[in-house]
Amino acid sequence: MTTAHDTADAGAHLVGPAPGFDHGFDPGFDPGAEAARATDAILRDTLHGTHRGVVVDSPPGAGKSTLVVRAALELAAAGRPLMVIAQTNAQVDDLVVRLAEKNPDAAVGRLHSSDADPYDKALDELPGVRKSAKAADLAGLDIVLSTAAKWAHVKNVEPWRHAIVDEAYQMRSDALLAVAGLFERALFVGDPGQLDPFAIVGAEQWAGLSYDPSASAVSTLLAHNPELPQHRLPVSWRLPASAAPLVSDAFYPYTPFRSGTGPGDRRLAFGVPSDGSGPDAVIDEAARAGWGLLELPPRHTPRTDPEAVRALALVVRRLLDREGASVSERAAEPVPLTADRIAVGTAHRDQAAAVRAALAELGVADVTVDTANRLQGREFDVTVVLHPLSGRPDATAFHLETGRLCVLTSRHRHACIVVCRAGVPALLDAHPSTEPVQLGVTVKFPDGWDAMMTTWDHLATHRVPYAPPSRD
Amino acid sequence: MSLMSTLARLEAVRSGRAQALATVRHRHVSARPLVFVPLTTAGEAGAPLGALVGTERDAPRLLVVPQPRDRDLRFAFLAELADVVLPYIDSFADTVEPAERTETDPESGKRVKVEVELCADAPQLVVPSRAGVDFVRLLGRSMRFRRTAEQDPEAPHPAPPRVPLLGRWLTHFGERARVPGSSLLLALTEVLSRHWATGQSNLEDQHLGALLAWMAPPDGTSGAEAALRAELARGADGQLLHPPAGPATDPAFDNKLLAPAIERYDRARIRLAAAEDGLEADDRLGELTAAEREIRALVESRTRPTWDTVWHGLDVLRALPEGAHVADRWTRDRWSFTGHRDRVLAGEPPQPRLDDAVTAANKLATREREQARLDAQEALDDPLLMAGRRLAGEAFAGEVVEVVRAYSESKRPSPRPLVTVRTDDRPHLGERAKVYRSLGGKPQTAEFVGLAEEEGTAEVLVTLRVLDRMGRGREPEEGSVPEKGDRLCFTLFEHEQRGGAKLPDPEDTPWTHGGPPGESAATTAQRPDTVTEEDIL
Repeated sequence: MTTAHDTADAGAHLVGPAPGFDHGFDPGFDPGAEAARATDAILRDTLHGTHRGVVVDSPPGAGKSTLVVRAALELAAAGRPLMVIAQTNAQVDDLVVRLAEKNPDAAVGRLHSSDADPYDKALDELPGVRKSAKAADLAGLDIVLSTAAKWAHVKNVEPWRHAIVDEAYQMRSDALLAVAGLFERALFVGDPGQLDPFAIVGAEQWAGLSYDPSASAVSTLLAHNPELPQHRLPVSWRLPASAAPLVSDAFYPYTPFRSGTGPGDRRLAFGVPSDGSGPDAVIDEAARAGWGLLELPPRHTPRTDPEAVRALALVVRRLLDREGASVSERAAEPVPLTADRIAVGTAHRDQAAAVRAALAELGVADVTVDTANRLQGREFDVTVVLHPLSGRPDATAFHLETGRLCVLTSRHRHACIVVCRAGVPALLDAHPSTEPVQLGVTVKFPDGWDAMMTTWDHLATHRVPYAPPSRD
Repeated sequence: MSLMSTLARLEAVRSGRAQALATVRHRHVSARPLVFVPLTTAGEAGAPLGALVGTERDAPRLLVVPQPRDRDLRFAFLAELADVVLPYIDSFADTVEPAERTETDPESGKRVKVEVELCADAPQLVVPSRAGVDFVRLLGRSMRFRRTAEQDPEAPHPAPPRVPLLGRWLTHFGERARVPGSSLLLALTEVLSRHWATGQSNLEDQHLGALLAWMAPPDGTSGAEAALRAELARGADGQLLHPPAGPATDPAFDNKLLAPAIERYDRARIRLAAAEDGLEADDRLGELTAAEREIRALVESRTRPTWDTVWHGLDVLRALPEGAHVADRWTRDRWSFTGHRDRVLAGEPPQPRLDDAVTAANKLATREREQARLDAQEALDDPLLMAGRRLAGEAFAGEVVEVVRAYSESKRPSPRPLVTVRTDDRPHLGERAKVYRSLGGKPQTAEFVGLAEEEGTAEVLVTLRVLDRMGRGREPEEGSVPEKGDRLCFTLFEHEQRGGAKLPDPEDTPWTHGGPPGESAATTAQRPDTVTEEDIL
């Protein structure tokens, strides 16, 4: 792994060859065939294996939902009814819609809470989907889906023979404990590189226990059942060829993956030429290289750094004004870059709120602005990210968390633009990882500090310095 | 750290005095707390050196282990400690009031109300700092599995009677202290720094003397100077003027005073054992007693200042009026105390060394719920804390400028009035976000409808639809709908916490978590480390 810190500054130039951009792309690699091979092995273990569980690690955009839908339908077709456990209502609704799209005749049940508006209204349009707040109403259906929180309230039912647990790495061990009695065997699917589940109170008391309730469901499962087969999806269909090597290097160093598309397959172009400003320059750099870093002068700021927030909003405004169009394997014609294909990602909710306000001020609507936690599992053409360490005097465990940066830098199909105050390498050098060592806890690689350095080294080669104009 | 507490710390630095973070007291302070100021032996984890303990500020009981490495003396110390702590705990166990609790009926499986006892008050242990809480836990763990001669006549080093029981109680206090908002075991530095911000770091706030120095620096000095003095000032003999609150002691004290005194004590013991006749033994017993008295005096000299500081800190806390929800949380502490009393009376075994999967998950769920409850209740009880939440966009306050009658679209329309509030806060309201206000102590829910800028001002108009607590009729009940001119505060966080789903019983622990705890779980989950070459060097 390359983490020579001095290269971060030595490589500071505006345009130039992008290291890590297309090196290592092997034209002989057939992503479709590789992915199909992995999927077949997973389905074989799920349908015909002898183990009680199968674990599938999936990098960002590797077709996790497609796999879940396919496995569910194949189990149902084999006459084996199953339950599906996802983590949020949005995830459940999304799976229900995909199941109905794939097979409108499947008998699908959506178990929901008794709150107001418990599910997406789009589900009412699907004739094959039955919805209820009571598990008994859905008995006998092929596939019943709900959130882990809702499943935990289901008691005194005959256990399902099969279950699929989606986003299993984001599920907490205690949530799995509450629902594991409902099924005999299960397929666990998730992305180990994304944000780990968290607890709002300290859980150090249980650190190192195999069933630490604040750990992820998969780590508990594998600690107690180390013999379970583990599979990996090898191809990211979302990330472009410019992004997959970096994300793979930085966040999945021991389980590398490839992009499904080659270096020239995705293109982003703008009808309106650059006005020479920083935001336009970084947009051009990102369109060309897939990455762009808009670097503001160094400064310690509050979390909602007004200049950085305004710079983010300006970039989004210019993305929309410059009549962008993307070319990809999905469509023959260039597709206009519209507001719903752009997202802004931040570390904190107040930062997201500040960006929303700044966007409203510039008359931008319909652009998704959210925190890393809430962007998990979502996909856009272009993302604009406020770097978690921007303007900070310190690098805390929260801001260094590997998964946070991984989520923020792996939501895009075309380009990712990072907005940051200068000085991140110095900050990282001043704040080595100092988390206490807990006995018995499996050390996760890479650590956040390392991932931060790797991504920064790369981003620095796409740097556009920008001094925002004074607003007074 | 929130923006408000950052600001308070900055103000503390500038003014040289601690600044208030709260306007009311958010923790229960008992009328009769048991203060415990322990000291531990350097380099010997869990070997107590001595303690001051008691409920009377003028008459602490001094307990000393003259040779901390001697197990018998350590047991004697623990037995004495049990003689002070257990009668104090017992004094709360017998005064009970009737209460109701919902339990699952084992026959019908239904939730039914049962009449139970609830202790009218509960004991409260106060230690100087967070390290003191850890020490209570450590003592609890070191004692609760000991066997007395009565339990196990064969045991080589039987514990004095009641020592294991003290261990179980201290373990309970230590575990309860992990529950946010609980007050059975308080670390004074934690409680004080919840209510006041100093101009020093959180770590430095763990020094009780320095923390109190910020709160009341002597005339003419700043908090920073006074705190530095409390931490570092030494007398002509090289000893700290303000001994640390413990349980760790100052190395200069250990080396210069304590070690020589213990050595004299050891020598006197050897000489006494070697005495050849009664007369000589009498003399040497005198030497031994003198040596022991010297150590007692040393321990008292290091604990007494802390003891007095703790009581002073309690006075400072008592001067604050109690928050409205504190009694509610203390009732939970009383339930916790009553529950453990019942487990002890029922002859249940001591708390296990490690929680099983289900117990751990239940504890975590409880603590998360209590944390959310505490955050909400503290903000509702305290306008200063609510101001912090408003600044963070999690609440907003303002004046009702318009109320429009509206009804739900259903066969039996219910009132859904639209209320517009003018505020200069900036709440982070998402589409159809729920907000809550306190109506007669109960939360009333409203839904965010829209936001409009108020022309030419920094204020915004927030329109809400009130959803509940308006009665069953077509017309809302009197006083249940905000009126024009009312000043209200809405929060984006819920005021009350829903209970989570019930977890399986430990004997039904699923395969994903290693199955029921028992031999199989013990072997897979707690396998001892394999012996390596390094182990037998």
